[in-house]
Amino acid sequence: MTKEAVNEQRSDPMREKDASRAGGPVIVATRLARNFGRTKAVKDVSFAVEEGEVFGFLGPNGAGKTTTISMLCTLLKPSAGQASVAGHDVVGRRAEVRRSIGLVFQDPTLDEYLTAIQNLRFHAYAYGVPRRTRDKRIRELLTLMELWDRRNSSVREYSGGMKRRLEIARGLLHHPHILFLDEPTLGLDPQTRHRIWRYVLDLRRREGLTIFLTTHYMDEAENCDRIAIIDQGEIVALDRPDVLKNSLGGDLVTLRTDNGAAALEEISNRYGLTGSVEDDTVSFSVPRAEEFLPELMRTFPLRVLAAGVSRPTLDDVFLALTGHSIRDDRADNNEKLRRFVSTPGMKAQIH
Amino acid sequence: MSGTVRGIWVIAYRELLRFARERTRIASSLLMPIIFMIVFSEGLKRQIGALAAGVDFVKFMYPGIVAMSVSINAIFSGLSVVWDREIGFLKEVLVSPLNRSGVVLGKALGAAVIALFQSLVMLALAPFFGVPVTLEIVLKLIPIVFVLSLSLAGFGLLIGSRMRSQQSFQLLVQMVVFPLTFLAGVFFPVNNVPRWMEIVSKLNPLTYGVDAIRRIFLAGEVPRLPLGSSHPIIGVIVFGHTTTTLEDVALVGVLGAALLIGAIFSFNRQV
Repeated sequence: MTKEAVNEQRSDPMREKDASRAGGPVIVATRLARNFGRTKAVKDVSFAVEEGEVFGFLGPNGAGKTTTISMLCTLLKPSAGQASVAGHDVVGRRAEVRRSIGLVFQDPTLDEYLTAIQNLRFHAYAYGVPRRTRDKRIRELLTLMELWDRRNSSVREYSGGMKRRLEIARGLLHHPHILFLDEPTLGLDPQTRHRIWRYVLDLRRREGLTIFLTTHYMDEAENCDRIAIIDQGEIVALDRPDVLKNSLGGDLVTLRTDNGAAALEEISNRYGLTGSVEDDTVSFSVPRAEEFLPELMRTFPLRVLAAGVSRPTLDDVFLALTGHSIRDDRADNNEKLRRFVSTPGMKAQIH
Repeated sequence: MSGTVRGIWVIAYRELLRFARERTRIASSLLMPIIFMIVFSEGLKRQIGALAAGVDFVKFMYPGIVAMSVSINAIFSGLSVVWDREIGFLKEVLVSPLNRSGVVLGKALGAAVIALFQSLVMLALAPFFGVPVTLEIVLKLIPIVFVLSLSLAGFGLLIGSRMRSQQSFQLLVQMVVFPLTFLAGVFFPVNNVPRWMEIVSKLNPLTYGVDAIRRIFLAGEVPRLPLGSSHPIIGVIVFGHTTTTLEDVALVGVLGAALLIGAIFSFNRQV
């Protein structure tokens, strides 16, 4: 039987049972909230993830990303609101939700004393992967993740990146509809992060997976079809990464010419753009500067000495929306901790 | 139901896989009872004479050591839950479609199979200590060891399901295990000790497990044992009634079932 045929067989009954899966949203969260005591980790969050989408949750540590993912994966009960995953309610139909999702946690969840194959077999047995397809699937995924040669090594001999790849392979073993990745590349070096992303995007293409991930890396969020920016338990923006960045007015262009004032006048006359001049340098914002600049140069009457483009990053978006940057936020916490520790009363306690 | 059955065998499979891959654990699970045997039997056999006709101290103590080591290992199987929680593997289990009763019973089954293996090795070594073993003893012992270890695994899992760190589990269990095993009639007959100790021992469920196993070993000597006396060395006298093997096992089994159900409930509460 071909892989396609197997996939077809697996997903058919699902589709009949649940009309919303025919191209509709596969994850729907409605006013989802979770409190821990008096702390409101997630407040009133609503969103929908379409089938086949790579959907990212971007936010600093402690923003509520893991709490949200845990509720969607049936590991935490929501305090309020509801959510459905693959058409099943996350509270009422936990077993069905669990069967239709694959999950890669932020912290390792492998049994390091077993080999890669043994970890995967355990998973296959636990999810009832049929014997016919089990070994073929294990081989296919380990080959894809470039771990086949090390399949019989104990996982404790693996590097951090290998472990994460093995976890991703395991999360996919039972042909889930949706793959949840909680900070999939946390603590990995840039090269390994890049590789993991290549596998993830490759998998999406091959298996038509929907991928839901959380991250606090800006560059990673760029890989998503849509991202929800989450801060202090609330979604502050939700859209395609380029739309979010363009919402800041597009790319910032700087042009140095022999006459700054004349250059700005020319540009505003022709394109109706506003900008600023400082000495001979003109600055203005324009969407898609890479297309705008060549067009401008072709007919620009003044001599251009230098041109520069800087793109707004998602960090700029985050900053504009929340008033603080994702990275500053962490620096702030360290600063707070330092101040806390260095207060006289605290010192006395420590010593 | 089929989910529970799959849970049981998948979890038990992994417990056994883990056991097989850890040579130190295999060695320590076998060495501990052997060391106990050597130290106590060699150390005390000249000091303590026959407890009854044909039953010297070693013959009396050997079944007790078997019961004790099976019990200790079964209780410590609860540690695997804490361990799984610490390494994160418990999450992989909890988010899988396996149901919680299956997970708990699978852990207990794994522990029971390991205990069985351990007791069979001890039976193989028995002749070296001058303790005769027959096929009949082996066959009768298997179900008893099974019930005893399932029950005590239930106890270990109940504790393990509430513990966050291995250290606290070990501290708590050691605190419980030592009085439990030392007051279970492993080293002395519970019918012939000071009154307070007799009461404590007879309230200790492990006493009945030890007695059941001892009865199997000493079955051949039974006709010669002074069962009618007020201090028989086998059987536990409760309110003037001397328990039978079946009663011993039933008591352990009922208590074990309650402990396992408790462990399942405790597990279900963590989502």
